[in-house]
Amino acid sequence: MTELEALVRQSEVKQASANAGAATLTPEFDDDDVPLYAPRRQIYPQSTHGTFRRIKWIVLAVTLAIYYLLPFVRWDRGPNAPSQAVLVDFSNSRFYFFFIELWPQEVYYLTGLLILAAIGLFLMNALAGRVWCGYLCPQTVWTDLFFAIERFVEGDRREHMRRDSQRWTAQTYVRKGVKHFIWLMVAWWTGGAWVLYFADAPTLVKDLATGQAPFAAYLWIGILTATTYTLAGHMREQVCLYMCPWPRIQAALTDEYALNVTYRYDRGEPRASVKKAEALHAQGKPAGDCIDCLQCVHVCPTGIDIRDGSQLGCIQCGLCIDACDNVMVKVGRPTGLIAYDTDLNIQARREGRQPVFKLMRWRTALYAAIIAIAGGIMIFTLATRDSEGISVIHDRNPMFVRLSDGALRNAYTIRIVNKQLKSRDFIVGVDGLPASLVDYVGLAPRADGRQLVTVGPDQTKEVRVLVTDYSEVPPALSTPVLFNLIDINSGAVAQMRDHFFGPEEAK
Amino acid sequence: MSQILHEQEHQEHKEIDAVTGTSTTGHDWDGIRELNTPLPRWWLWTFYACIVWAVGYWIVYPAWPLLTNSTQGVLGYHTRSAVVTDLAELHAQRGPMMDKLSSASTAEIAGNPQLLDFARAQGRVAFADNCAPCHGAGGGGAKGYANLNDDDWLWGGKLADIEQTIRFGARSTSDKGRQGNMPPFAGALKPNEISAVADFARSLSGLPAEKGVDLALGKKVFADNCAVCHGPEGKGNRELGSANLTDKIWLYASDKATIEQGIKNGRGGVMPAWQVRLSEPTIKALTVYVYGFGGGEK
Repeated sequence: MTELEALVRQSEVKQASANAGAATLTPEFDDDDVPLYAPRRQIYPQSTHGTFRRIKWIVLAVTLAIYYLLPFVRWDRGPNAPSQAVLVDFSNSRFYFFFIELWPQEVYYLTGLLILAAIGLFLMNALAGRVWCGYLCPQTVWTDLFFAIERFVEGDRREHMRRDSQRWTAQTYVRKGVKHFIWLMVAWWTGGAWVLYFADAPTLVKDLATGQAPFAAYLWIGILTATTYTLAGHMREQVCLYMCPWPRIQAALTDEYALNVTYRYDRGEPRASVKKAEALHAQGKPAGDCIDCLQCVHVCPTGIDIRDGSQLGCIQCGLCIDACDNVMVKVGRPTGLIAYDTDLNIQARREGRQPVFKLMRWRTALYAAIIAIAGGIMIFTLATRDSEGISVIHDRNPMFVRLSDGALRNAYTIRIVNKQLKSRDFIVGVDGLPASLVDYVGLAPRADGRQLVTVGPDQTKEVRVLVTDYSEVPPALSTPVLFNLIDINSGAVAQMRDHFFGPEEAK
Repeated sequence: MSQILHEQEHQEHKEIDAVTGTSTTGHDWDGIRELNTPLPRWWLWTFYACIVWAVGYWIVYPAWPLLTNSTQGVLGYHTRSAVVTDLAELHAQRGPMMDKLSSASTAEIAGNPQLLDFARAQGRVAFADNCAPCHGAGGGGAKGYANLNDDDWLWGGKLADIEQTIRFGARSTSDKGRQGNMPPFAGALKPNEISAVADFARSLSGLPAEKGVDLALGKKVFADNCAVCHGPEGKGNRELGSANLTDKIWLYASDKATIEQGIKNGRGGVMPAWQVRLSEPTIKALTVYVYGFGGGEK
């Protein structure tokens, strides 16, 4: 229980007891019968320093630097494509990622990425618990940044709590105003960086500054400013506790060998202050290493007590490890009272056995294998994918048409795809009918029934194709035909199957 | 017990729920009491902000209905003018290509790949809006409505012919429309003559005649009555829009009953004149689009 909460509780008790009649009706809750409603407790996390705090600062700096600066990284693709390394180009339906360019029909690579992300999450969890939650999740990173700003403006835990419990003065309003202003600036910058991924970043920055940018850009900056400010400034741990599905799934995916931020109660219990521990030792009674200083609780960004064991509210950021280690150093005891460990090892130490750290297990091996396979397939398909393609749409109305001399004709609309950043010449042909005549509407006819089609760089070209059957034997209800596409220069081939339809009765 | 509770409620109207620390409404519904939780502050302020917003909206935008009009709002905004602005923007965007489409002849459009792509895209939409109800979504036609995908053209299938037909229609209200009628012969011909000439017409494209029908009579009736428009060999005449009876394509149907019906009652399908309804570039776009269905005539 935090100090402020204790104060609030005290006043409640006073109020309740003042109302004597009602107080007699107060139901008593035991542990199994807790109320369904939990009012929010304001959390004032204390700053700390140490290994995990340092890791968190580094991760924060790196991830935010990537997020804010990546749109400005240039990547030369030649004259026919944008020179932004990472760009989601909605107006031209293209996604650029360094040397990769994706067309809308290739979004299934996104599925692969989602598989990798999910299994990556599982693997992290099997190795060291909620690594994602503690260090990498955007909610954690931005909340951490907002906490740092809050401590900078409002003071660390004690100072902030004291000020909040006092009467608000003009100074309080100024301080709160400054804090919210800086928060909003960070949130605004976050939204601003977001839109830069969807247009040429330097141009858009200039347009935004001069009021020339499209309305959608301002709208999205506004939306993301609001979400960042609300989620990181106000909702914070509530997102992890009530909104996020991962803590619920995570609990089902963990096992006894997964490292988790653990209070080593074998060493810590029973808790006693330094002086009390000395007295207990003098009496020959046991006393643990935990001096019950509550530092682990005070630094916790979600306000939990790690000594209650593994729990949903713990995002496993390791800050309690840092806080506890600092205290242990001060009181001259070995560090690691809270550490990445397992319940199995606690049991083992209690029984005098050696602790076991087993990173290589069936579970981790399987996750790693899935990642390797999915990643391998993605790399292989990306590396070997075709840079040309043909798609065919058969006319639906009419399915076929009878010409004046009785011949049957089918019409198709074909689309030739050129994914290369240069103009290419293709030869198109239709095979499968013994005696047919192929016309390409709007293009000069060629004697061999094939057609030269030029497709511009990174473009598609639509051509209407009329196939007329002149064979002696009437074509069947449906005859398979094959559309062939050959790049004149490289010889690359693409094919698409379709059908030539006829009437039910013979002609 | 409940008596005590009620008295207390009447005295104070305030009772603190021990679990939440919030006061109740003070009323007891058969032992069930309700928390009097205050509205969340953010919700309340959002509500007030909405009220302020609404007042601002009345001032800025058209809002209050009056007897014959409504308040106009200081911005002068009007959905109709917004549409006009949007359309003007669209026209400005398409302007250069539309101008080219207006000034170029259909033959020039067909010869310019870039312009042709643009025209066909415009034509596809215009066709769906204006032509598809009769000719079908893909120009496949229906009984009495020409299939635009085949190679049989009553009024000619060259670009200029198609353009002319779209502009002025057939048997339309326009003076320049295509003219020509299939008159009814029910009064002029006897039933056996109609039957004979129907079979003769079928035989022109190689279809079998009904048993017992005198094809020689049919031939004579044809020469006397039909050859004027359909030609002595039945090959039709585009000046009059008379069908070529020797090909395999039938606008209505090739069965004898349908042919007899046509001979008895006449035929005169109408295609409206689109010159008065559609813009110049749209008519040209439609021309090249329809031409592209089956490749038209060279």
